[in-house]
Amino acid sequence: MKALCWQAPGKVAVADVPDPALMDGMDVIVRVTTAAICGSDLHLYSGYIPATMPGDVLGHEFMGEVVEVGDEVTRLRPGDRVVVPFPIACGACRACQRDLWSLCENSNPNAALAEKLMGHSPAGIFGYSHLLGGFQGGHAEYVRVPFADVGPLKIEDDLTDEQVLFLGDILPTGYMAAEMCGIRDGDVVAVWGAGPVGQFAIASAYLLGASMVIAVDRFPERLRLAADEWGAHPVNYAETSVLEELRELTAGRGPDHCVDAVGMEAHTDVSLLNAYDKTKHLARLETERPHALRQAILACANGGTVSVVGVYGGLSDKIPTGSLMNRSITVRTGQTHVHRYMRPLLERVRRGEIDPTVVISHRLPLTEAPRGYDLFKHKRDGCTKVVLTT
Amino acid sequence: MKDRHRAHDRLARALGWASLGLAVPLLTAPNRVARATGADDSPAAPVVIRTTGVRELGHAAALLAGPPRMVWTRVAGDVVDLAVIALALPGRDGLRRRRLAVTMAGVGAVTVLDVYAAVDARRANQFGAGRPGPLKLSASITVNRDPSEAYAIWRDFERLPSFMRHVRSVTPRGDRLWHWVVSAPIGRTVEWDAELTGDDAGRRISWRSVPGGDVDNSGTVHFAPASGERGTEVRVVLHYDVPGGMVGTALATAVGEEPEQQVRDDLRRFKQVVETGRVTRSDAMPWGADAARQALQPAAQPHPDRVDERP
Repeated sequence: MKALCWQAPGKVAVADVPDPALMDGMDVIVRVTTAAICGSDLHLYSGYIPATMPGDVLGHEFMGEVVEVGDEVTRLRPGDRVVVPFPIACGACRACQRDLWSLCENSNPNAALAEKLMGHSPAGIFGYSHLLGGFQGGHAEYVRVPFADVGPLKIEDDLTDEQVLFLGDILPTGYMAAEMCGIRDGDVVAVWGAGPVGQFAIASAYLLGASMVIAVDRFPERLRLAADEWGAHPVNYAETSVLEELRELTAGRGPDHCVDAVGMEAHTDVSLLNAYDKTKHLARLETERPHALRQAILACANGGTVSVVGVYGGLSDKIPTGSLMNRSITVRTGQTHVHRYMRPLLERVRRGEIDPTVVISHRLPLTEAPRGYDLFKHKRDGCTKVVLTT
Repeated sequence: MKDRHRAHDRLARALGWASLGLAVPLLTAPNRVARATGADDSPAAPVVIRTTGVRELGHAAALLAGPPRMVWTRVAGDVVDLAVIALALPGRDGLRRRRLAVTMAGVGAVTVLDVYAAVDARRANQFGAGRPGPLKLSASITVNRDPSEAYAIWRDFERLPSFMRHVRSVTPRGDRLWHWVVSAPIGRTVEWDAELTGDDAGRRISWRSVPGGDVDNSGTVHFAPASGERGTEVRVVLHYDVPGGMVGTALATAVGEEPEQQVRDDLRRFKQVVETGRVTRSDAMPWGADAARQALQPAAQPHPDRVDERP
């Protein structure tokens, strides 16, 4: 089959690889109909996620048709149309039972490796490095899905692929980012990164009762989308001082909640700091460029929340811990517990409360995925989200 | 265990004092030492001897102030001395040659004693009181089931190979005896009969190999309820010797079969089997959790030839 393989930092290619086969009675094989490139795939693409190997098949946002079913699977049958959540979860460990699906204790066969870097291991993730399991990703014609009775969400109505595809990652991720803020009446929320996750965080913050949501980015088309689609207040950090602007917009208080929907490859308006982190990043002395996180902490109102869903891989420098500690700031984080949100969000999509398709800017066949990665990474041609079809 | 510790401690200390004693003539009367050892014809001899004296002071400091395993520094020194003497031998004959040969024999004897002390210090460190073999290891994991369920799965010994990667088979031989076949490094297998020495349903299982097997070992698994609703804490303690003793273990570690990591991997797979009924396998790790293969894992893409390779 054809699959998108990582080759080297900044280099991916569509290659012929063997078809996946059932390895366990609880597996299914899914024929991928639609997939998407996620912002976090760009961290892999750029080579900033440890334990990525040439030949790794990427992709953790995908959906398709079940074509083969293991003999222990009871919930799915060949022909079923499913959206697959990006974290792999067993459904039986204590983390799964506590609704913390991305912390599944059994789904990462390389947990010992992850423990060395992170202390304890999170769940395995499709196509997201060997640190998180070494699972084949979904930017392929077929993919093996383990624990098939637990994860995949069956889609039984006439919603299109594009309407439901993002239930597997970015829609729940944006929603969880807003939910972790614990928004109360009158709260102001600022969201760093108006990419697809940021857009859904903005939409979700309004759904959860925020009085104003501020979008921080530097790409006019993304800020425009945030303003036009959800009514966010745009702040372009390339044109203005973010901290001053946020203070101004909230009459000195700062936003009650700050969402980091950027992660490890952030940019900043302070060019010296940019150069400092870029240098350390390239020298592999620091795995992140945590500008958004630093700014989110400094901007946050006293007693507020910093909610981190942008992906980080390792170690950061110069986090303003003094600001964090002295001002009673709560930090909430996590890879998305997708399984928790898929059904309720499917309902919201069905009721028309949120239209996930508005973030899509490009539609390409799988064979053109390398071009999609390039467009998305460099935000060429107004690229906000690339959907791949097979 | 205490007695053994004291015994090898005493030996190491005595060797420390010996180094200190030897350093005195080496530093104060190098010419006389050179004559006695048959090296007095070499202009470099006094310098070499004084340098050796300084080194002996180092051994003394390490052994008298540090742990017994510092005996290894003496072993290293012995190797250097033997090499120096071996280089000096060919150029000499008569009395000098005889004196050098005697010196070499003496250093050789001391080397044997030092190696013994060093190995003993290492073995004593790992010795489990009254257990078979000098090696002990323990590991633990929490499983999301009652102690009785976790116990029942472990107690079904014939199922142990489903989560213990190295165990090929465990077959009953009568009431309290089981025959173990276990893979060893370099494609070999080892076998032994183990007898159940303790069986406390839902709490504890103990076994011990009976004499005549390839590997002498004993072990206990404890099952204890974790606090709150956190399931069961499973703790394994193993005492064992491996063929080739320490050398065997060192070789095994060198080929990626570090015993403690193996037990941790086994426990991780035990948790998977208890909680999900299977071992989790990915495209890059079709064998399931296995630290030994972590460094050699293939790319995360389908590998059809490995699909049936069960752990």
